Formats: sequence, structure tokens, C-alpha cells
Amino acid sequence: MKYTLSVLVENHPGVLSRVAGLFSRRGFNIDSLAVGVTDDPNISRMTIVVNGDDYIVEQVTKQLNKLIDVIKIKKLNPKEAVERELALIKVSANSQTRSEIIQITEIFRANIVDVSKETLTIEISGDEDKISAFMELVRQYGIKEVVQTGIIAIERGNKVITKNSKIEEDE
Amino acid sequence: MGKITVAQAMVKALQEEGVEYIFGIPGAAIYPFYDALYNSDIKHILVRNEQAAVHEASGYARSKDKVGVCVATSGPGATNLITGIATAYMDSVPIVAITGQVMSSLIGRDVFQEVDITGATAPFCKHNFLVKDPKKIVEIIKKAFYIASTGRKGPVLIDIPFDIQQQEIEYPQSISIDIKGYKPTIKGHPLQIKKAIDLIETAKKPLICAGGGVISSNASDNLKKLIEKHKIPLISTLMGIGSIPTDHPFYLGMIGSHGQKKANIALREAELLIVVGARLGDRALGDTKITEKMKIIHIDIDPAEIGKNVGTDVPIVGDAKYILGEILNRITEKDLCWAQEIIDENTNKSVSNIDYLRPFEVLKEISNIYKGEYIITTDVGQHQIWAAHNTLIKKPRTFISSGGLGTMGYGVPAAIGAKFANPDEEVIVITGDGSFQMLMQELATIKREMIPIKIVLFNNSRLGMVYEIQKKRCSSRFIATCLDGNPDFELLAKAYSLEYLKLDNKDKLSEAISIMKNSKKPFLLEVVTKPDEPTIT
Ligand SMILES: Cc1ncc(C[n+]2csc(CCOP(=O)(O)OP(=O)(O)O)c2C)c(N)n1
Repeated sequence: MKYTLSVLVENHPGVLSRVAGLFSRRGFNIDSLAVGVTDDPNISRMTIVVNGDDYIVEQVTKQLNKLIDVIKIKKLNPKEAVERELALIKVSANSQTRSEIIQITEIFRANIVDVSKETLTIEISGDEDKISAFMELVRQYGIKEVVQTGIIAIERGNKVITKNSKIEEDE
Repeated sequence: MGKITVAQAMVKALQEEGVEYIFGIPGAAIYPFYDALYNSDIKHILVRNEQAAVHEASGYARSKDKVGVCVATSGPGATNLITGIATAYMDSVPIVAITGQVMSSLIGRDVFQEVDITGATAPFCKHNFLVKDPKKIVEIIKKAFYIASTGRKGPVLIDIPFDIQQQEIEYPQSISIDIKGYKPTIKGHPLQIKKAIDLIETAKKPLICAGGGVISSNASDNLKKLIEKHKIPLISTLMGIGSIPTDHPFYLGMIGSHGQKKANIALREAELLIVVGARLGDRALGDTKITEKMKIIHIDIDPAEIGKNVGTDVPIVGDAKYILGEILNRITEKDLCWAQEIIDENTNKSVSNIDYLRPFEVLKEISNIYKGEYIITTDVGQHQIWAAHNTLIKKPRTFISSGGLGTMGYGVPAAIGAKFANPDEEVIVITGDGSFQMLMQELATIKREMIPIKIVLFNNSRLGMVYEIQKKRCSSRFIATCLDGNPDFELLAKAYSLEYLKLDNKDKLSEAISIMKNSKKPFLLEVVTKPDEPTIT
């Protein structure tokens, strides 16, 4: 199972290494980790995707919570959250294939952000499935390079996770 | 008030935290701080290896329920602290370690004596700080003490570049600490406490397992009253020894791979296990498998411990003293203990036809002669287990041993720290010839400070505990466990002005221990034992 954790941390140097170190030290598998500062410059948000069973996720949450710099953690329910990832994909393209690739790109509502004689670079955002479906389609033309951000996620509706919001204990 | 240097502010802040002693070794990157110590009433204890400084701070902290403080310079001084910090972390000992760092502008350039000590210690420190802003120093020191001594206690490190120590600041008037991500839960959830009480009331065979958390939260009184009121037998982990007197009728001993038979039997038979301030690590459980039908109540200040090693029916996060108090107040009185048979079982070892000196007899005799009026620290090995089983421990904080990390070399420095914390108490180290030699240069600290610590050295010329493993599991293929080359301990004692006695047969046992007890000087009692003496007798 994959779980997405939304983690608020103090925006200090060293926090990322503490969090990452905790994963390796305790043998937790981490699928992706995306960090960025929030609207409060003192606080950053990490979106962490963990692979494991209930025990692992509970331990990850509790151990993360022990870090002094970690302010709040929330396990996101995929059904109630919007998840996005950004990928830049450089695909081989020649005069015959170019228009086909452009078509696929449009269908996926992705953007072409760079063009050269032999390549097209496409920017696509969406959930994991969308990005992997897109990659499957363009693979036939030859993918030269892929860069992905890892998932960021936010809850649907009016719920928020900020330093002041209360988090109901999830059972 | 005018400006003072950061180093002076550090000393002032430490004084405000009530620090009496600092254990350490100076160096170029920390000299401004030492210079500021010159005019303070904080006493600095110069050790001979920084690892000893942490262990001394640890012995001080554990015996006195105060934060222990140690200091080292950058680079090798800082790395020498590492084993001690990890030791304190595993046993949840409140320590503040201060390390000097190279000039802030040179950090990251591999200059002389630079090491990334905050990076290195992050995995086994409760928290650490690299000071970058001189104005933050007092706040950081206050935070460090607060973090070290609250919640699940533990070591905190402050790394301070030496140029920052020299800068001038205005000493802040008042500082209130608010750490967004750190709010330990003290009061257990009332509903969970109620569930626990219901379970205990209905259980036919409840058993309490006390861990180090009972001692560090000063919950012993409540624990004792609770087991007496509801007649619940008690077992402990190594860290929980002393949570109630070891001669209490309901105390069945230490559990685990090196545990007492009675305790392990009780653990197998119990239907409800109430774990208090223990994490039930691998050594504590030993071969005992917690069965499906055994219900578990787990009380711990650290939520991450609950459910980590054993499944739990009723988790209660909070302070053991508070929660046991709540349970005690609301539980009914009982008059029959289910474990009476186990309690009554006579496990006194037969002494009759053994004519040579056995370690357990030595420890029993020490207990008899001292009547439990001492603080005992131990090293790691067979002697540690012998001490755990055979010494009379009457009060919490009087049995001090490296439980989680199992660090050889802990005993002597921990005793030094405990003696500074409790100058009127007798402090006895139980050590082995292997462990003793890991930090025996601390005899110099004992000599200079003239602190009358008593060292009982079990000399079997072996790394006994490992030797025993090789005997059992490697068909006596002994490798690297014979301590040929041991010094003449009598000459060593002389070199450091210790009084000395050698004990190698039963005849003089009581006499030797009485002499040691009556001595007002540092004392080394060398007890020569057989290499084949088993750990569990
Ligand atoms: C620093 C360190 N190194 C190695 C070990 C592994 N070890 C555990 S017990 C032991 C032997 C201890 O020998 P000694 O202190 O003489 O005690 P004895 O077992 O003989 O009583 C060793 C080497 C350890 N616990 N700590």
C-alpha cells in the first residue's frame, strides 16, 4: 500500500536531512518526498509517499512526530485529496513522428516546453496514473530523459492543515 | 546591562539552569567558553577521554534527576562524545552536550578539526542545534535543557562555532520557550485510563512490567502503592531495576534473555501485562513470546514506543507517575495475589558444597554488609547480569547501568558522575576486567578529585560474556576473548593512589568487603573468578 503524508516542518536547515535520515535508519521505504515553503516563510511542507503496511505508516508517523522540527503530520486519504506530480519528458521526434506526439500531448493536456530538431520536451502534471499512461504512449518514439518531482497533495474541500489547525485523531 | 560575550552568556544561562558541574576537555574551538567558566561557580571536571565526560554527566543525571552537562572541543573531541551520546539516547538520559565548532565562515571546508557533529549525532540525539546567530544562544540553551529533561528524556547537543562564542550580545531579559513541534503529553487520556482500570479489575492474572520510564518519571511510590493495593506481581527490565525494592515480596526480578526464572515464568502465565515506561526490546523479551490471548496495557510518555515492539490493547500516552496515580486512586483493594506460588518458590541458590568464590556470593555479601545503602553502577558483561540479579537495590536511581546500548566502559565514569551528584552516598562500581580497561584512565579523575569510589573488579581474564557464547555456540573455539596482557591491577591501583585488596577465595569474603566499606578512600577490590562461571546461575 502507498500512503501520502502531509508534514509541516520548521523551515530550518538540516530538517530535510533529519527526515530523510530517519527513513533510511529505520528501514522505511519512501517513494517520494517533495518539499517547499508554505505561505508562512518559517514553515515548510513535505509531502511524503511511503510504501508499507499499517504498522509501517504508524511507525513512520510516530517517529516523524518525535523530531522536534516536525510540527504536524496528517495521513491523507487518496479519495479526499488532490494529488499532483510534475514531469518533464524529453522525447525523440522527427518530421514523421512530431505531429503524432503533439497530438498525444494535447489529448493529455500537457505542454510542449522545448523543441529541437530531434526532440520535444513535454511538461505534464497530474497524478501518477496519468503521467505513467502518457509515458507509455510516447515510449514508442523513444524517451531520452525524464525528470519528476514526486507527489504533492492537498485535501479536497475546506479542510486545511496548518500549524494552528486541529487534527482529529484518525483511528 | 551592558554587552557580554556569547561565551559569558552561555555560562550565565547554564547557571540559571542550576548547573553545578560540567564534565569535559577543552580545545581550541571551545576556549572562549572555558575562559568564561573561569569566573563562575560552576565546577569543571577534567576527564581523560570525552566519552567519559558524557558517561559522567549520565551518572550525574540518572542518580540526581537533573540534566548532566558535558563539553568537548570540535573534531576529535566531538566525535569522542558520540558513544556516550548514543548510550544516553538509548537509556533516555537527560544530557546537554556542548561542542566547539570551527569558525562559522569555514564550516564545510574540511579545515583543521572540523567535523559535522550535528549531522553525525542526529540519529541518536533527541535534538541538536548548530548555533549560527549569536543572539539566539540563550534561547537555544534554555530549549536544550527543556527538551532534554521533559517528555521522553534524552541527550541534546549544541554545536557552537568559536567565533560566535567571542561575539558580544545583550543578555536577553526574559525568554519563554515555545517549540511548535514539541508538546509532550503528560496526562494520559481519561478514557484510556478508565479502560485500563476496567481491564485490571477484571483480570485474573495481571502482571506489571516496570521499565526505565518508572524511574525517570519518579513513579516508584505510586507503583509500589498500586501493586500492594491490588496485589499485582511485578517484573522489571534491566532499566527498571530499583523501581521498587528488589526484596519486595511482589518483585519477581528482571525478565528477558538474561532474566530471572521467576520473572519469566510469571510473564508466561500472566493474562494481562501492564507495561510501564518500557519498550520491551528484544533483550527484555528474550524467548518469551507475547501470546495472542495476553492482553496488554502500555503506558509510555513516548507514543512511538507504543505498538513498536508488541501489540497493545490499551495504549496510554503520558507520564507514568501521573497515570499510575490515577489508576491507584480508582482501583479496588484486593487481598490475594495470583502469583503467590511463583513468589514462594524457593530459588535460593545452594551454596553448601561450593568451595570456590562465586560472583553471586560476593554481590550478596556486598548487599548484606551495605544493606542496600549505596548507588551501584555497572559495566557490561556477565558481571552486569550478576549484579542485576544479586544486589539488593532499595531505591530508584541507585542501580545505574547501560541498558539499551550496552556500552562497556560505562561503569567507572557513571560512578564518578553519581558521586559528584551524591557526595554523601557510597558509590560502588561493579565491573569486569574487559570493561574496566575501556575507560580506566578515569582513575586519574578519581585521584585528582579524591572521590572515594569503590570499584569491584571481577577479573576472569576474559571477555566473559563473549567467551561464554563461544563456549556454547562455537564449540569452545575461543577467539579474541582471552585478556592476556591485563595489567597488574595492584600496581595500577598504586599508580593512581587507590587502596587495593585482592579476593580469590571464600575465606576472607566478608572481611574484604568490610574493609572496603570502612575505607574513606578510592578503593579497588579485585575479585578473581573462574572464566567458566556462567552468566545465569
Ligand atoms: C564498547 C563495547 N565493545 C564490545 C562489546 C561486546 N561485549 C559485550 S560483553 C563483552 C565482554 C565484557 O567483558 P568484561 O568486562 O570482562 O565482563 P565479563 O563478561 O567478563 O563479566 C563484550 C566484549 C560491548 N558491549 N561494548
